[in-house]
Amino acid sequence: MTALIKLTDFSVSFSTPRGDLHAVRGVDLSINKGESVGIVGESGSGKTVLSRATMGLMPSTATCTGSVEFNGVDLSRLSRKDLRNYWGTGMAMVFQDPMTSLNPVRRIGSQITEGLIVRLGMSKEQARGRAIELLDRVRISDPFATMKKYPGELSGGMRQRIVIAIAIACTPELLFADEPTTALDVTVQAQVLELLAELRQEFNMTMLLVTHDLGVVAGQTDRVVVMYAGQIVEAATTKELFKNMKMPYTEALLKSIPRLDQQAGQRLKVITGRLPDPTKPEPGCAFAPRCLYATDKCRSEQPPLVTTQTGHQYRCFFPLGGAN
Amino acid sequence: MAGSGKIHLRPNSEPILVVQDLVVNYKVSRKTVISAVAGISFDVLRGETLAIVGESGCGKSTLGRAVLQLPRPQGGTVVLDSIEITALSGNDLRDIRPRMQMIFQDAISSLDPRLQVKNIIDEPLKAWKKGTAAQRSEKVDDLLDAVGLDPEIVRDRRPYEFSGGQCQRISIARAIALEPMLLVCDEPVSALDVSIQAQILNLLQDMKDKLGLTLIFISHDLAVVKAVSTRVLVMYLGKICEVATPDDLYAHPAHHYSRALIAAVPIPDPEASVDKIRVTGEPPSPINPPSGCRFRTRCESASDRCAAEEPQLQEIGLGHFVACHHPLIK
Repeated sequence: MTALIKLTDFSVSFSTPRGDLHAVRGVDLSINKGESVGIVGESGSGKTVLSRATMGLMPSTATCTGSVEFNGVDLSRLSRKDLRNYWGTGMAMVFQDPMTSLNPVRRIGSQITEGLIVRLGMSKEQARGRAIELLDRVRISDPFATMKKYPGELSGGMRQRIVIAIAIACTPELLFADEPTTALDVTVQAQVLELLAELRQEFNMTMLLVTHDLGVVAGQTDRVVVMYAGQIVEAATTKELFKNMKMPYTEALLKSIPRLDQQAGQRLKVITGRLPDPTKPEPGCAFAPRCLYATDKCRSEQPPLVTTQTGHQYRCFFPLGGAN
Repeated sequence: MAGSGKIHLRPNSEPILVVQDLVVNYKVSRKTVISAVAGISFDVLRGETLAIVGESGCGKSTLGRAVLQLPRPQGGTVVLDSIEITALSGNDLRDIRPRMQMIFQDAISSLDPRLQVKNIIDEPLKAWKKGTAAQRSEKVDDLLDAVGLDPEIVRDRRPYEFSGGQCQRISIARAIALEPMLLVCDEPVSALDVSIQAQILNLLQDMKDKLGLTLIFISHDLAVVKAVSTRVLVMYLGKICEVATPDDLYAHPAHHYSRALIAAVPIPDPEASVDKIRVTGEPPSPINPPSGCRFRTRCESASDRCAAEEPQLQEIGLGHFVACHHPLIK
């Protein structure tokens, strides 16, 4: 298998009045064609910045270092204009908030056809036909009428389907889905996740699913990357990760989720405290201040990212269940 | 439900809150009226946590607010601690207000951005003339302490300096300042990260135990509801579908809608067997709700009877009620 996208020592920082804010720190990540990878972490862990920076969607206050190779081409060396050639056809993104990621004053039809006309060079008529097919594909019940509507006339679930239709319009090789269901009801969330899984199969897409919900990741991905304070702290196949967690952080994150198979009225386990200030990196392990097992070593020394024989990666001096 | 009925009420257990036939309509244009809450009855016992669950637009928030007379409902009665608050005049209602408080979904925007935290929490105390300035200031510190914030650090700051979880703690402190008996929590954790969510849920539980609060907990997340509630009311398009204890509801849902809601919750285990029962589509418009059972348009077991006749709540087990012509368990 070949890597479709490969990040090497990738970092993103923002200059702010309080000093440099290190949102992503030294990430190495390689995703193979056809894989579905989940990136999990709390708000502020750098997961959204990582996915957006990979696509090159960063404001001018951001500094990215390291390399992003897409199909062997280093995107970080490309000009803005050349990079554009990869958007839509190479990679596309489903954004988190369907309420704000659509243009409120343009009809749905023109927002879907835009990419088809600009990127694929279709005529207006062709694009319209394809857009209707796409709407039908994302299970919009009346595609013809929906083409003429404005986003404000649609529900959150329908808008998220439109955002997905726009993202897959030019059949991208890599689809980023940034918290695609966070703003939705559970029933609609289940429908949208199912739709994404189907489309991934159908178009043979590689998917990067960014979420804070380990429950969503469990059913949708082959591999999971857990981020904390801008770093990868654990990475493994989904099955391995849930069966054999190494990082105390991942365990704490999983335990804090209320579960249906738990008895009613049970007290939830919590992770006390919150993420460290990204402008002042911790000298030791970033999770140490909140970790149940932290020692003096953890507080003073950065743990390296260890890779086991099975390919399980973790960043901890005292992994759960020992070093194997 | 999508049905009606009052068989699930427990008048002999001295409920602290009794709601009967509550109706809330919204006017959307000169001629069109949405019935957001269409004749709902329920009661809450002292110390209970009643969860109200349903999808967006089912009327659960409207129901929670109507109980607090925000705004006053168009029909039905609400009796809090033996006082019929729907019959009270404006002034008398105001006197009752300290007994019932609310926590809102979006913690950050429910706090006045220009006020310092100490003034936000002092506001209800001041409005009700609870003690001298010095006494109130002491009370504010106690409240902050109780919700797990350090008064020294927090007192003089403003809401924008805090994260969502911290803002939710501040709004909890404000809500319990007047020592209410009933607290309505409208999706208090749905905007928070899972790790912070657990902290806030535990805090609510602690406050409930400490102050003897009775809670109405509104949420669309069934897993969260299971962790906090003692009784669950499932709502659909302004009507009740099912009422049960959480253990009963999750183990043996009787309504097709409840079963679909439960099946939609993602399970954090890649090897879990996934229940493939799905409701398709989204709720129909409440402007023109389906006849009979309101859920029938999305229900696979719907029959002619469901279109013709509105199901009434029936008891199918101890404390387990369902409004369905074809319940999953009988």
